[in-house]
Amino acid sequence: MNLTNLFRIALKALSNNKMRGFLTMLGIIIGVASVITMLALGQGSKKGIQDQISEMGANMIMIQPGADTRGGVRQSASSMETLKMADYESIRNESRFISAISPSVNSAGQLIYGANNTPSTIYGVSAGYLDIRRYSIDDGMMFTEQDIATAAKVCIVGKTVVDDLFPDGENPVGKVVRFNKIPFRIIGVLKSKGYNSMGMDQDNIVLAPYTTIQKRILAITYLQGMTASAIREEYSQAAIEEITDILRRNHKLKDAEEDDFNIRSMEELSSTISSVMDMLTLLLGAIAGISLLVGGIGIMNIMYVSVTERTREIGLRMSIGAKGRDILAQFLIEAILISITGGLLGVLIGGGLSFLIRLLLNFSAVIQPWSVALSFAVCTLTGIFFGWYPAKKAAKLDPIEAIRYE
Amino acid sequence: MTNKHVIRLENISRNFVVGDETVHALRNVSFSIGEGEFVTIMGTSGSGKSTLLNTLGCLDTPTGGEYYLDGVSVRLMGKNARATLRNRKIGFVFQSYNLLPKTTAIENVELPLMYNPSYSASARRRKAVESLVSVGLGDRLNHKSNQMSGGQMQRVAIARALVNDPAVILADEATGNLDSRTSHEILVLFQRLHSQGRTIIFVTHNPEISQYSSRNIQLKDGRVISNTINNHIQSAAEALAKLPVDND
Ligand SMILES: Nc1ncnc2c1ncn2[C@@H]1O[C@H](COP(=O)(O)OP(=O)(O)O)[C@@H](O)[C@H]1O
Ligand SMILES: [Mg+2]
Repeated sequence: MNLTNLFRIALKALSNNKMRGFLTMLGIIIGVASVITMLALGQGSKKGIQDQISEMGANMIMIQPGADTRGGVRQSASSMETLKMADYESIRNESRFISAISPSVNSAGQLIYGANNTPSTIYGVSAGYLDIRRYSIDDGMMFTEQDIATAAKVCIVGKTVVDDLFPDGENPVGKVVRFNKIPFRIIGVLKSKGYNSMGMDQDNIVLAPYTTIQKRILAITYLQGMTASAIREEYSQAAIEEITDILRRNHKLKDAEEDDFNIRSMEELSSTISSVMDMLTLLLGAIAGISLLVGGIGIMNIMYVSVTERTREIGLRMSIGAKGRDILAQFLIEAILISITGGLLGVLIGGGLSFLIRLLLNFSAVIQPWSVALSFAVCTLTGIFFGWYPAKKAAKLDPIEAIRYE
Repeated sequence: MTNKHVIRLENISRNFVVGDETVHALRNVSFSIGEGEFVTIMGTSGSGKSTLLNTLGCLDTPTGGEYYLDGVSVRLMGKNARATLRNRKIGFVFQSYNLLPKTTAIENVELPLMYNPSYSASARRRKAVESLVSVGLGDRLNHKSNQMSGGQMQRVAIARALVNDPAVILADEATGNLDSRTSHEILVLFQRLHSQGRTIIFVTHNPEISQYSSRNIQLKDGRVISNTINNHIQSAAEALAKLPVDND
C-alpha cells in the first residue's frame, strides 16, 4: 500500500463528511488562531515598550552617588555627595564606550511668567544631555560652553511648560521666567516627545547649565548624578564597567570597599522588561494552547465515533486486502489532515485577527514566524496523538465481525 | 472440470470456546474444488456455512487441518500475509453489498487495487471500467452507490470481486437481499462468469440455487453430509424468462 493511495482514501473519506470534518476542525481553528493572536499581542506589546525605551535613549546610562540602594539600605547624607566635577571630567576624557555625558543636578520649584505659574523641576545639565535623552531643539538654540562657564541664567523649556506659561501662544524664546525668584531667559524650546511608556510627560521639562543650578540655586559643588550614553546599546555593560573603574580609582576605593556610587543602564531595564514580557507571552500562549488541546480532544472524540460508524467499511477494506497498518494509516492521515487544515485556517484567522487589532485598536501585534511554525507543529502532533487511539482501535478490528456489524 | 485444485481442505475443524463450552462449528471438513467450478454450499442456519466461508476467504484460521488456496498453505500464514493473499486471490460478494457510501461505482470497484501497489492509477481505472462493463454497468460508471437499486449495487460488488482477477469468488448469500427477479438476474451473471471459466463458491440456504451450480456441498452441524456434482445444470436465464413480468 503506498502513501499516495492512503492519502487518496483519507481525502475521499473526509470529503464524504465535509460538515463533520469542519466542525471537528473548528476546535483546532480556534485553538491555533488564539495561540497566534495571543503570541502576536504579547510580542507586540514587548516591541512597543522596547520602541519607547529606545525613544527615551536605549543606550542611556545613569550614574548615581551612594551605594546600590536596591537592597533598601538607608544611606547617610554625606554618602550622597560622592560624585564630583573631577569624576565627570575623568569619565568624559577617558571613557571609550560612551559618546556623551552630562552632569545632572536638579531642583524642584515654581516656574513663574507674569500671572502664570507651573510647578516644575529644573535640570542642570550640559549640552550633551540633548543627545543622551534624544531631545532636539524646535525653536531657538541650546546653551553653549560659554553659558556653562559663566553659569548663565538661561534655560530651555519643553512644550508642556510653554503651554502652561504662555497659554496665549506668545513666542517664549527671549522671554524671562522666574524660578525660585531667580530670573532665567528662555533661549530655546524642545521638540515635543509626548508621554513615555511609564506615563511620564517628557515635555514637562526645564533645562539649564548645570553650573547655574549648582551655584545659583543649590549652592553645591558636587553632582547629584550623571547621565551618559553608551556608543551603542550593546556596549552599555562595557561602559558601566569602565566608568566603575574610573570612579573607584578617583575615589581611591580599596578592593574590599564597596562602590560609593551606582550605575544603571536602560539596557538593563529593557532586558528586564523584555523577560517579563516574554513570560507574559508564554502565559498567554499557554492559555491559548489549552484551547488547542481541547480541539485535539475534539478530534479524538469524532474519530472514535467515526471508527464505530464506519466499522463495516473497515471490515470491507480488511476483507479485500487492507492490512491493519493500512487502516491505522488511513485514520491517522484523516486526523492529521483535519488538524493541519484546521491549523492552516487558524493561522490565517489568527493572522487576520492580529492585523485587525493592529489596524483598529492601534495596538502593536507582531506575528512571529516561530509562533506559526510552533502552532503547525503542535497541530500535526495533536493530529497524530489524538488520532492514534481511534486509528489503533480501527486497525485492531476483526474483519469477520466488522463486516457484519449493524 | 480441470484437474487443477484451486481449493483443497483436509480435515478442517474450527472450534469456538464460549465460556466453558466448545462449539464445533466445523468438524473434519475435507473437499477440493477445481478451477472453473461453480459450487454452492448449503445448509440450515448454524450448520457452519459462514465459518467455512471465512476459512476459505482467509479471514479465519481453522483450529485444525490443512487449507491450500491455489496451492499455497494458508494455515501458518500471519495476518498481513493473509491480507495480501485475500487481495490477490479472492473476490468477496456479500449479502448486503458493502459498498462505500457516497462513492461512485468506479471508485468502489477500484478499491481492492488501491491496496495493491503494483497498479498505477490509470491501470486501476482501466481495470475497474472493464470489470463494470463485464457486469453490464458500463453506463453507470459514475453513479454513486446511494443512487442505485439493490441489483445494481450487487453488480458493482461483483465487479469489485472480479477486478483483481481472483482465483476464486466467494459469495455469501449474495442474492439474500434481492427479490426473485433480481436474484435471477444476478444468478444469470454468476452463470456467465462460470461459463467464462471463473471459480465460484456460493453459500446459500436457498436450495433452489443449487440447480444452477455445477456442484453442491451440503453441511450439517459442521460436517459435509453430501458433495454432489450437478449433471443437469439449469439455465438461470431461462428461469428468468419464465418469471412473471413486473407491472412496471
Ligand atoms: N465467533 C463465534 N463465536 C462462537 N460461536 C460461533 C462464532 N461464529 C459462529 N459460531 C457458532 O458456530 C456455529 C456455525 O455458525 P455459522 O458458521 O455462522 O453458521 P451458518 O452461517 O451456517 O448459519 C453456530 O453454532 C454458531 O453459533
Ligand atoms: Mg451464516
